[in-house]
Amino acid sequence: MVALLSLFRKQRMWSPEEIRPRYDVVIVGGGVHGLAIAYELAKLGVTDVAVLEKSYIGAGGSGRNTAIIRSNYRTEPGVEFYDESLKIYEQLAVELDYNLLFSQHGHLTFAHTEAGIVGLRVRAETNQVLGVNSRIIDLKEIAELVPALDLSDRPRHPIMAALYHPPGGTIRHDAVVWGYARAASRRGVAIHTGVEVTGVNVADGAVTGVETNRGTIHAGVVVNATAGWATTIAAMAGVRLPIVTHPLQAMVTEPLKPILNPVLVSATLHVYVNQTDRGELVIGSEIDPYSSYSHRSTLPFLESTVRHALELLPAAANARVLRQWAGICDMTPDFGPIIGTVPEVRGFVVDVGWGTYGFKAAPAAGRRTAELIATGRTPDVIAPFTIERFANNQPLGEKAAAAVSH
Amino acid sequence: MSFLLACPICGPRDVYEFRFGGEILRRPQPDADEQDWVAYRYLRANPAGQGREWWFHRLGCRRWFQAERDTTDNRVIDTWFAGEDGHV
Repeated sequence: MVALLSLFRKQRMWSPEEIRPRYDVVIVGGGVHGLAIAYELAKLGVTDVAVLEKSYIGAGGSGRNTAIIRSNYRTEPGVEFYDESLKIYEQLAVELDYNLLFSQHGHLTFAHTEAGIVGLRVRAETNQVLGVNSRIIDLKEIAELVPALDLSDRPRHPIMAALYHPPGGTIRHDAVVWGYARAASRRGVAIHTGVEVTGVNVADGAVTGVETNRGTIHAGVVVNATAGWATTIAAMAGVRLPIVTHPLQAMVTEPLKPILNPVLVSATLHVYVNQTDRGELVIGSEIDPYSSYSHRSTLPFLESTVRHALELLPAAANARVLRQWAGICDMTPDFGPIIGTVPEVRGFVVDVGWGTYGFKAAPAAGRRTAELIATGRTPDVIAPFTIERFANNQPLGEKAAAAVSH
Repeated sequence: MSFLLACPICGPRDVYEFRFGGEILRRPQPDADEQDWVAYRYLRANPAGQGREWWFHRLGCRRWFQAERDTTDNRVIDTWFAGEDGHV
């Protein structure tokens, strides 16, 4: 007979250890980005690494996003980068030896206007040239994919066409965080939770370490992977960023029978919906229209988002809302991330500006940021995302595919 | 979280009546260095705490005004018209 208690997991996900006074690399932020960078650094042989997290791992955006993965972006750098990330996600469960519940059930982005179709067509063409499975489909094919959709002309903005991206889907975001943490720890990375960075020490134009609530930690490289708090950590190093922090909210209903296979996105209706394996509808919207670090959700979000979601799925009208929540996002003016070194301070590396699309980007961002730190060279796939693009007045143009289309 | 903002003309109203105009910046002189213009165009303090910002009463008197707000709890400390009572 098996004792019930013996069925519970006995192994720790990672080993707590004393904070050492010095590391080669200190990563600020124990979310999916910070942990992915740490794991990839260890794979490259850089194992004297600490991840500092002021709360618990995955407490920020990594555990608050709607877990959608896709690579059907609009700009060439965007498509190439997110597709690298998607391809890593496809084999990440094997690599980390951890079930991530990645379900590639497809991704639909709707057009409700002629102009919207033109926008989707640009994306489809860019995607196809770069080898990403993505195409425009008509109402007949949409109806076959999602019979529950209201495709009539009853809604104020009837659906006209969709961009269909079969490799898109959803993943269990907590598992990705835990999987990276466990794999990083096994390779020798130190993960310190409850450690808040209060200062970044700079001498002669180079970082020398960080001040924390647990004392000084020396390091030759300090990585800022703090998403919504990115400007606060950068300011400690005397670095200014083109970032404004906005809340992003989401909500989830009680479980329903399966009515929805692909992820649904409508930029016109400012809404995206997916159904989890348990049957809950996860519904999100665009960022709140003012900057804030507050994690409290709002009634106006609930009201407007539900109204728009029901334009798509009237059958869900009687589903009860279980909960809603908010995360905070580091928005850049061009909806592109900022990855790499900064001109002001040597040894200070940023992996920020992830706005509302950071979770799907983490595997590639982690791999390439680690490569940059280990080799000192900027990998081609992240070269378009340097901070210098703003000083050169050459912002990216990813807003159309990134603003609401999660 | 949602909050009320006191328009200097209309009084306390729901934040969704307003348009957020971003933090108050000092515009460089036309002949200023290009880096000053880049900073003005892109770089932001984005404080976690009190900061001064522009707001527009979209669904009310349609006047732009300024506010001091704590971004960690959305508490609005003061609102005023630009240039009023010694404000810049």
